[in-house]
Amino acid sequence: MTKKVLIVDDEPNIVTALEFLLQRSGYEVMAAQNGDEALKRVESFAPDLVLLDVMMPRISGYEVCRRMRERPDWKHIKIIMLSAKGREAEVSKGVSLGADLYVTKPFSNSELVGKIGELLAGA
Amino acid sequence: MKARRKFILWVVVLYAALLAIPAALGVLLAAGLPAPEQEVFLAMVSERAPALAFAALILLFVSVGAVKWLFDQYLTAVHALAEQTGVVLGANAELRVTTQGGREVAEAAAAINRLADAHRALRRDFELRARVAGAKLEEERNRLAALMSELSEGVMVCNAQGRILLYNEQAKALFAAGETGATAALVGLGRSVFALIDRDQIAHALEKLQRVRQPGAAPPTTRFVIATAAGRLLKVRAAPFVDSAGTLAGLVLALEDVTGLLDQEAARRGLLQALAAGVRAPTASLRAAAENLAAFPDMDAGRREQFVQIVAAESKSLSQQLDAALREYADVLKAQLALENMRAVDLLGVVCQRIGASLGMASELESVDQALWLRVDSFAFVQALAFLAARLRDRYTVQRLRFSVHAAGGYAELDMGWDGSAVASDALSLWEDEPMQVGAEQTPLTLRDVLERHGGEVWYQAADPAGERTAHFRFLLPAGEAVTTPARVPRAPAESRPEYYDFDLFRESDATRALQERRLSELAYTAFDTETTGLEPSAGDEIISIGAVRIVNGRMLKNEVFEQLVNPRRALSRESAAIHGIGAEALEGQPVIERVLPAFHRFCADSVLVAHNAAFDMRFLQLKEESAGVRFAQPVLDTLLLSAAVHPSHTEHRLESIAERLGVRVIGRHTALGDALLTGEIFLKLLPLLAERGVATLGEALEASRETYYARLRY
Repeated sequence: MTKKVLIVDDEPNIVTALEFLLQRSGYEVMAAQNGDEALKRVESFAPDLVLLDVMMPRISGYEVCRRMRERPDWKHIKIIMLSAKGREAEVSKGVSLGADLYVTKPFSNSELVGKIGELLAGA
Repeated sequence: MKARRKFILWVVVLYAALLAIPAALGVLLAAGLPAPEQEVFLAMVSERAPALAFAALILLFVSVGAVKWLFDQYLTAVHALAEQTGVVLGANAELRVTTQGGREVAEAAAAINRLADAHRALRRDFELRARVAGAKLEEERNRLAALMSELSEGVMVCNAQGRILLYNEQAKALFAAGETGATAALVGLGRSVFALIDRDQIAHALEKLQRVRQPGAAPPTTRFVIATAAGRLLKVRAAPFVDSAGTLAGLVLALEDVTGLLDQEAARRGLLQALAAGVRAPTASLRAAAENLAAFPDMDAGRREQFVQIVAAESKSLSQQLDAALREYADVLKAQLALENMRAVDLLGVVCQRIGASLGMASELESVDQALWLRVDSFAFVQALAFLAARLRDRYTVQRLRFSVHAAGGYAELDMGWDGSAVASDALSLWEDEPMQVGAEQTPLTLRDVLERHGGEVWYQAADPAGERTAHFRFLLPAGEAVTTPARVPRAPAESRPEYYDFDLFRESDATRALQERRLSELAYTAFDTETTGLEPSAGDEIISIGAVRIVNGRMLKNEVFEQLVNPRRALSRESAAIHGIGAEALEGQPVIERVLPAFHRFCADSVLVAHNAAFDMRFLQLKEESAGVRFAQPVLDTLLLSAAVHPSHTEHRLESIAERLGVRVIGRHTALGDALLTGEIFLKLLPLLAERGVATLGEALEASRETYYARLRY
């Protein structure tokens, strides 16, 4: 069965690039532009993994992550946080809030795809 | 009287002896004769009675003469000698004893004079040595004070009890409250350093220093940062010093204002973080798009076009981010440019050297006004000139530069000229906005930034056709002030010597001796005076001015004064204005007493208050204690009462009269500070007079004050 990935980022350029990359890597992909939309899409699309940008207006990636982890029925969904902030404190915060992985921008496409594969294979 | 009685006694004794001997012989002779012959003998004696009486009279004259001779030659002479010797010893070492006495006395006088000579020589030698040592000490102290005042850092030295022994003006300025009582900084001789720096912090420093101190090792230092009451951040370096026994005697504290530096540091750090965060997101998109393009060459043309667009857009965004960050950094750098006065000829010397070394260009100073000073950040300005030189060399193959500088009003015209090619008219305005680069060295600052910071301008002037002037860039820069190495005052007179140190405080230990038993000479005092709207505080009269000066170790510290006008919140009467000459407009906008009194309270903490007719001033202060939230609980001495104790026969104890009596020059009366200074000076003159009367301790001074006529009259 094709695994589903939800990309959440307010910057359309990175969304476009990631969407193409993950489709080519064999995933079913959907995108959300902000936190609210992300939570709705998790409900409707039921992804196996969420690529979640931290810095978004209104509801931040941290908040989305926290709310997702409050839902027992979403426990199995993997979360990779993507962030332009790379300080240790921010990484710890993301992991503490329930992210499976914290990736600092910029990143390598192949490494990201590799990590997504690992996470989904372990599930 | 005594001598006269002694004289008479001697005469009587001698005369009695002279009479007694023939009388006794007569009696013995008569007693040995048979009875009839006794009668004949008595008849013979009686017959010669007048002759005998005459002989007795002669004997009396002889006795008086003999005793007088003895007295004159010896007794009185020796006595006079003793008196003269006392004078030589006690008052006048130049005096030599003389005598009209006998030979032996004259010999003794000669011996005494020889002794006096030796004594005088010894004393002179001793005085000379003491003077030399004193002068040397004085010189060393003045040198130290001068040295300290030259330091840009603040310096304080305190003893192991935390009392300040030495400080410089910079230290005082760093701690200045900057508000009420402007000069009422808490830095002062004999004051506690703990009022400025937290006791725990000093204790911690001491502990740390004790632990690391090892014999023979370099003296350790410790650093910490403190915040002052005015909100400044000071970096403190504390180094201990030990006495001859090797125990800790005190601390040297070097103070540096790092408020601005920390701000700049924070700005730089913030800038770096913002840059990192801002650059990461576009780089991520850029990289993801580029890697897609590389990894999937088979993608359709529409997709490819989309990714190429992303690459282009994100690259542009990245460049903008970088530019913005560098611009901000330039602002930080610009704020850091430090303008200093520098001689124009020196600056150009550095420029020529720099242009030669890093650009290989020849340059010369053509005509330079030797007396001209500029106000520049030399580093940035040299960089700016080198940048222009590099541009001229690279674009217009200029190889040789000429510099000249002249005064022009409040500005300096600095010309950088070259032979040959004219530059394009817009070249300079383009270069002005480029980040300056000279060889490998680059800064985000532009020429415009540097000129803006200096308040200067630059423009291009083409060569004039007559060939008198080559093409040049003309800089217009604000002229600076000549910095003269201050000619050292050849040993400042004791009066004007800076009073920033007092090593006698070293010996002071905070023994818990009751204040009452402390000697007057070793106490710290605050002499103060107030000006008021009238004489009746209970009827609503108010303080309008407080002036005070500190006295420590018998010296009036004219650098440690308090002077503050006070807004009385009521109208001034004409009579009072006539006395103190303070107009209502001068009091407008001044702080109210509730704000001034706490500052004054801090100023006079740990000291005995001294005032003339103190009861008057104290009544005004005490009425305000509650509303100001302070209490003046320290002992108070009154120069009026002390003067009355010293000169009970005088009835006139006004400030001027006492000043005249004690030889104190009266200046600046009827300003609070002027009167406080006068009171302080009078107080210092009264101290030795009190000591003569056996008044040595504070308790005795208070007691003497109470006993005076004036005190009884008033209380």
